[in-house]
Amino acid sequence: MSAGKQYIDFYQEVRDTIAARSSAEMNAQREPALETFSAKGFPSQKVERYRYVKVDADFSPNYGIALTPLAGPLPPYCFSIKDAAPHARVLYNKVADATDSIVALNTMLCVDTLVVHVPRGTRVEHPIQISNILKGDQDTMVCRRILIVMDELAEADIIITDRAASQNRFLTNQVIEVVMKDGSHLSLYDIEETHLLCTRYNSVFVQQGRNSSFRHTNLTLFNGHTRNRLDVLLQGEGSEVTANGCIIADKMQRVDNNTLIDHQAPACQSGELYKYVLDDSAVGAFAGKVLVREGAQKTKSQETNANLCATSSARMYSQPMLEIYADDVQCSHGSTVGQMDEAALFYMRQRGIDEQEARLLLKAAFITEVIETIPLESLRDRLHVLVDKRLRGELSKCEGCKLCK
Amino acid sequence: MGSDKNSFVREVAEKKYEYGFTTNVETDIIEKGLSEDVVRLISSKKGEPDWLLQFRLDAYRYWLTLEQPTWGHLNMPPIDYLSISYFAAPASPKTSKDGEIDPELMKTFDKLGIPLEERMALAGTAVDAVMDSVSVKTTFREKLQEKGIIFCSISEAVREHPDLVREYLGSVVPYRDNFFAALNSAVFSDGSFVYIPKGVRCPMELSTYFRINARGTGQFERTLIVCDDDAYVSYLEGCTAPMRDENQLHAAIVEIVVKERAEVKYSTVQNWYPGDSEGKGGVLNLVTKRGHLRGAGSRLSWTQVETGSAITWKYPSCVLSGEGSQAEFYSVAVTNNYQQADTGTKMIHIGRNTKSTIISKGISAGKSQNAYRGLVKVASTAEGARNYSSCDSLLLGSQCGAHTFPYMDVHNDTAVVEHEATTSKISEDQLMYCNQRGISTEEAVSLIVNGYAKEVINKLPMEFAVEAQKLLGVSLEGSVG
Repeated sequence: MSAGKQYIDFYQEVRDTIAARSSAEMNAQREPALETFSAKGFPSQKVERYRYVKVDADFSPNYGIALTPLAGPLPPYCFSIKDAAPHARVLYNKVADATDSIVALNTMLCVDTLVVHVPRGTRVEHPIQISNILKGDQDTMVCRRILIVMDELAEADIIITDRAASQNRFLTNQVIEVVMKDGSHLSLYDIEETHLLCTRYNSVFVQQGRNSSFRHTNLTLFNGHTRNRLDVLLQGEGSEVTANGCIIADKMQRVDNNTLIDHQAPACQSGELYKYVLDDSAVGAFAGKVLVREGAQKTKSQETNANLCATSSARMYSQPMLEIYADDVQCSHGSTVGQMDEAALFYMRQRGIDEQEARLLLKAAFITEVIETIPLESLRDRLHVLVDKRLRGELSKCEGCKLCK
Repeated sequence: MGSDKNSFVREVAEKKYEYGFTTNVETDIIEKGLSEDVVRLISSKKGEPDWLLQFRLDAYRYWLTLEQPTWGHLNMPPIDYLSISYFAAPASPKTSKDGEIDPELMKTFDKLGIPLEERMALAGTAVDAVMDSVSVKTTFREKLQEKGIIFCSISEAVREHPDLVREYLGSVVPYRDNFFAALNSAVFSDGSFVYIPKGVRCPMELSTYFRINARGTGQFERTLIVCDDDAYVSYLEGCTAPMRDENQLHAAIVEIVVKERAEVKYSTVQNWYPGDSEGKGGVLNLVTKRGHLRGAGSRLSWTQVETGSAITWKYPSCVLSGEGSQAEFYSVAVTNNYQQADTGTKMIHIGRNTKSTIISKGISAGKSQNAYRGLVKVASTAEGARNYSSCDSLLLGSQCGAHTFPYMDVHNDTAVVEHEATTSKISEDQLMYCNQRGISTEEAVSLIVNGYAKEVINKLPMEFAVEAQKLLGVSLEGSVG
């Protein structure tokens, strides 16, 4: 509770400033969020969904808090919440888990929401890219909020990248809400490439209508402490979700992925594939729950978590869960923790590939399975390069980008 | 008990639970409630030495500081710990060590099919029968004594082998382990004690039969098995209770110590009264079972068939600290009507090159909830540890639930840990195939379920395997609509 108090005090100080800069929809949610946050504080490790993260420790350092609204021209289909269509705007904070302290903190302090709104029947040709760049001359906390509304039969690809341009401590609390109406399709790619001093709490909430399909790909290439939460509610019959993740961590990095796929309607499908490569003293955690509600017959679900620990000090926690209340279902999950195949290493060394290179090849091959699932060819190629660079220990800077320089 | 006629009618009406009768033996029950005085009373009734009384009091005082855990995937009725009687004994237990036992008691165990008489030697099993809080009869003691094997009730062991009991009691499950372990340590009444000396292979299966008889009582037994270097024992445990419309509490502890190159097989067929088809009554089975594989090359296997109890909440576990030790867990858990189970295992790898296997089969029918929860932990010292887990669930009915909560904590890069789970229902094709061949749907389900559980049942000793198969059939009766 001690770490929580500084945020409550801060909010009470700047409450009016925030309200003046923000929209009515967002301001209306702040007081209930304050109540939730004051009552609950930061979750301890005894809370099942926060078993593997030290929330209190992550939030206790003293950060400056950024309170600036979105500025400048935004790409097509993207709006500040003030300018978004009314039927999209009202969905703010409707999908997110309002009882969660991290979400409540975001709702309290976030000044502006980026609304991505794809209207009915529109197919967005080129992927929409949202780049979050952390830059500043002091340690900063940012609360970001994104609301994606896909109207009926809309289709889009969205790429969100997280980068840090200066070597300060950063703490990001990001909440993404996705509302998918009947028959819509969305691919959401979330790529994190920050540095060791960055802590990121990212909570994604998705609500799917009939026959909609959602693909989420989470790539943690470089980070400090990361916690990703993904909650998908399959509310419409025949909807589909694919959630994949590829995590490369070394040094003292920590990556925690916590997913919930909630099958509420019949004939839905879900697939999850998360792969971790852990080196040095990295700590990885994966907890994925598939919940099949009563009446959600003909559900098909497959969950896989495979992990490679390259050193004896790397740690992996894996927890794939099934909770099923319907009988006509096919659900399975698998989880493995292991190390590199010595026979394969030997094979390569016999053929003149030195040991380091051989290990690298094996790691790359292991992680490639996730990248190969990405339908966007240009992104796939780019990621192959990034993963290769990452495994070689070269910190990749986005070439040709003016913002980070 | 004056309701004999009624209980007969009930017995006929609810044939499914075969062991739901009560026995008319005079019972010595202490007042309901729990306090330091009760703990002292239990201890004095059993004539225990001071160190044991102190152990109980420490446990009781520690228990007072705890709250009942709530993290299970269970809908637990509140338990009033003060309205339970913590000690109930048939008033005329064994008259002397080899003397005759009360004929009424004898009849009880005959009805249960437990061969208490030595003339049943053909069955080849030594039995320790525990009714309510005390052990009533242990068979084949002399024959086992020739080999140096100690097999007796834990109260006798406290009197006759105090050093052994004192050395091992609470060494695997300390009273500070959890809420129910603390409660058991304070009030445990009886149970079995087994000691297999170095290099001895126990010539017969050892068996304990637990029965709760009296009304308003709980059963808190404690089993302690010590298997010394190079020894072997196979141990069976069976349980039944009369049909009562109240919930009865069963909070036992089983501790197993396995030394160098020794092997212990522990098999359970748990058939406590599961409550009626409306979910009323039934036993709350909240048990702490743990084995410590202390020696290099030691082996321990848990095999359990769980068909009874209103609520089953237990995780027979293994701590693998001996180098190269191996542990296995095989389980079939069947839930029907309103039964709930949250069961599984914990495999804690500490020693080098340790191996564990987990095979769990859950079957849910009716409105029941069946959860597998398991932990595989590989400590940083467990070089080359290996685990394989497989959990399958079968759903029979659209209102039941099957859940899997595996936890894997791996702190060592040389470890290989695998987990897989599937959930499905009996396919229409399989049923159709059987129906075509003149097998009724109910029989077909029983056939398929038995085939599904075979991997586990095959691990049980012969006599138990037959019983387990029958139980599976009975438990699922009427679940196919």
